[in-house]
Formats: sequence, structure tokens, C-alpha cells
Amino acid sequence: MLSKRIIPCLDVRDGKTTKGIKFQGNIDIGDPVEMARFYYNEGADEIVFYDITASSDRRDIMIDVVRRVAEEIFIPFSVGGGIRTIEDMRRVLLAGAEKVSVNTAAVQNPEIIADGARAFGSQCIVLGMDVKKVEVSRKIPSGYEIVINGGRTYTGLDALEWAKKAESMGAGEICLNSIDADGTRQGYEMALTPLISENVNIPVIASGGAGNIDHIYDVLTKGKADAALVASMVHHGTHTIRQIKEALHAQGVKVRMWW
Amino acid sequence: MIAIIDYKAGNLSSVERALKKLGYGCRITQRREEILSCERIIFPGVGAAGKAMSDLKRLGLDEVLRYEFNAGKPILGICLGAQIILERSRENEAGCLGLIKGNVELFPQPLFSEEKDRLKIPHMGWNSVNLRKEHPVLEGIAPEDEFYFVHAYYTLPASDKYVFGTTCHGMEFASVIGHKNLIAVQFHPEKSGKAGLRLLENFCIWDGRHAE
Repeated sequence: MLSKRIIPCLDVRDGKTTKGIKFQGNIDIGDPVEMARFYYNEGADEIVFYDITASSDRRDIMIDVVRRVAEEIFIPFSVGGGIRTIEDMRRVLLAGAEKVSVNTAAVQNPEIIADGARAFGSQCIVLGMDVKKVEVSRKIPSGYEIVINGGRTYTGLDALEWAKKAESMGAGEICLNSIDADGTRQGYEMALTPLISENVNIPVIASGGAGNIDHIYDVLTKGKADAALVASMVHHGTHTIRQIKEALHAQGVKVRMWW
Repeated sequence: MIAIIDYKAGNLSSVERALKKLGYGCRITQRREEILSCERIIFPGVGAAGKAMSDLKRLGLDEVLRYEFNAGKPILGICLGAQIILERSRENEAGCLGLIKGNVELFPQPLFSEEKDRLKIPHMGWNSVNLRKEHPVLEGIAPEDEFYFVHAYYTLPASDKYVFGTTCHGMEFASVIGHKNLIAVQFHPEKSGKAGLRLLENFCIWDGRHAE
């Protein structure tokens, strides 16, 4: 039986890690290679990097980070942020990432999902979805809309329909981020997560809102998520990956306990 | 020196990096002479069986692999490389190398967990291996160790004698198979943390023999 995955998420800007609260006021908290090694040794099942470097001519810094991380850790890791073309994907994958995630680029040009899956295999292509709760309407029947630009721009895409479409185009996994819950530490979005996870046949990583271990337990059980993304909870040292896994294990959730 | 067979089936650099970390020399190659001169072979691969087999044949590597298997050189198959060593794959209905008798099948759907949750296909993530038989390449691997899997098809060898480990995903399937000097794992040891590195290291010192 598959284990539920615990995945620390590192936001990286200009080669340094940050963690934003609701995408604002990011503060630097460390070296991504150092942190990746730390989480690898602590039992992380995978690591997610988001490159939030603003200027595109500094993106080579991230490729160097990916290369150095790949030499240190031997678990899968994905890289998102600023991936716009098949060539961007190729560079990140060749540098040693197992997966790439696309978000805004896929909204603007859904074909990138199909092209990426054809070129590298579906298992490499993660769809990042930033989602906000809205009024149920004919256009947004699920009541959840896809947003881009850190939540500032509404796209008119229904979250559930977009998830299904991305799956049919070849996405291998969905990283589902609730903008409403992100940074609140009040728990994951517990209506959105099962809605998406139970209606696609690819794994769903729940993201946004983790503040304590009960939140993680809830999203991996009632929330039907296959994996949980954690950030500030572990970056700030209030919890360790080991503590999280031991508590989940004690509550009967199957997690990888030996590493 | 270890040859990592290059037939354009996925990213091979992670296998190379893992071997480098362990301190073993390797080269990613599709040259016959280079493969023949190496002491052991890693046969990785991701992607579809049909394309992989046609690429192997075009490069003449199917013959090289058969020759090396018969010559007794230690070979490690990984992921797709653990599937196309069988006789036939349902994926693209591809005729495969036939180093081990049996076929490759698609996971039936729907599959359910013990808690009656519908399971997703592909089988992707960390799972454990029930060790069925001892093998030098599995030495030091504990029942609690988990490995990283990504696959929608599974191997179904013709006989249990080829099965060294099984894994459960709504059904039990063979996740470690072997025959003579060939051992193959459905998961990615290069992405499976310390347990995966241990398995790779075991392979790097294996002489190709084991009690059948």
C-alpha cells in the first residue's frame, strides 16, 4: 500500500529560500541546498522548489541550485516557477529534478502539458493549481476558480474542470494550492481537496494552510489527498518531519517511517 | 566500471549521480564495445515499451543485452528496464527481450485499498517490498524499507521462481524479479533514499551469482 507523502516546499528567490505569507512580505530563511539535505535526512518523501526569482536573466541560478541538490539528495524533487517552455522543462530535468510543475504557463497555453508529457513522460509533469473560492455560477460550477499572478488575476477557469482537462492532456500529478488557506496556518481547504482528488485518477498534493499535525492528518484522511505540502510549519522549526510522521503513524496513517 | 545503457529512454543522470555518490565509476553509453568492456550493466528506462524496444533494436542493444545476459555479466534492470526483459508487454503489445519468461500487464481498474478507497493508476509514490527470497542485491534491505515507484504496468513472470519481492497496490505484484545474473526492480533505487542506495551498492559488488 502506498504511503502518504510529506513534502516540504521551499520558495527560492535568487538562489535563497524564502517563505511568503499570502504571497507578501517574503523573508529569506536559508540556503536551498542545505535545507534540502536537512529535510532529506529528516525523512521528507519528496521536496518541492518554487523559483520566485523575478528577473528571467537570473534563472540560471536556479539551474545551479537544482544541480547541487541532485548531487545531495536521492529522493524525487520537483521544480516550479518560471517554467514556460519545453526547453525550460528540459533544463530543469537534465539538471536532476524528477518533475517540473507548470501553473500560469499551463493556464495561458494548456498545450504545454501535452507537449511536456510527450517529451518527458506524464510522471514528470505536475500541474500547479492556485485556487480561490468564489460564488457558484454557470461558468464556475464547482465554486472554485483558478487564479494566477499570486492570486491577483482570476482566469475564469473552473478548478474541477481544469484539473480534469489537465489530467486528460497528460499531467501526472496535481499540486493543489488554496490561496484562501495559504499562510493562514488554519488548516488545508477541506472541501476543495477531496473534490479534486476524488474526481481525477492522478495523485493530488494538498497545499496551503498547514499549521499543525491535525491539519495534515485531516487532509490525508477525510481530505483524500495523496500527499501534503508543508512549509512554515517545518521551516520555522515548530515541527519536524519526523514528529509529523510519527504522529501520523500513531494515528494509523501509512507513512514511510524508515529512511 | 558500470555501463548505464543509453537508449534515449528517460533521464539517466540520476542513476549516474547515485553511483558517483557511492564511489563507483560508470558511463552512460550506447556503444557496444564500451558496454562489453564494463564489468556490469544497469538497464534503466522510463517511457513506453514499444518505443523502448524499437530504439533498442535500432541501436543493436537488444542483441548486446542478450549476449551479456548469456555471458553471465551482472545486470540490473530498473523500472521500464525491469519490464522489457520479459517476453511481451501489453503496453503497445510490444515483443520484448525475453530474458525472463512472462509478460507485462496493465493494472486492472478499479483497484481498491483495504479501506475501500479507489486507488489511482499509475502506482506512484513510496511503497514497501515483501521480500520473498534472499538475494545478494537485497542484502540489508528491511521489510520496513520503502522505495519510490512510478508505473502503470506490472511484471507477471511465468514462474514464482523469478520473484524475489512483491508489492501491494490493491493487488500483489512482482516488484523485484531475477534470473541468474539478472536482477530487476520496478521501483527507482536512485530515488529511494538510503535503502535505494544500499540496493545499488549491493549490485555494484555482486558477482552475478545467487542460490536459485
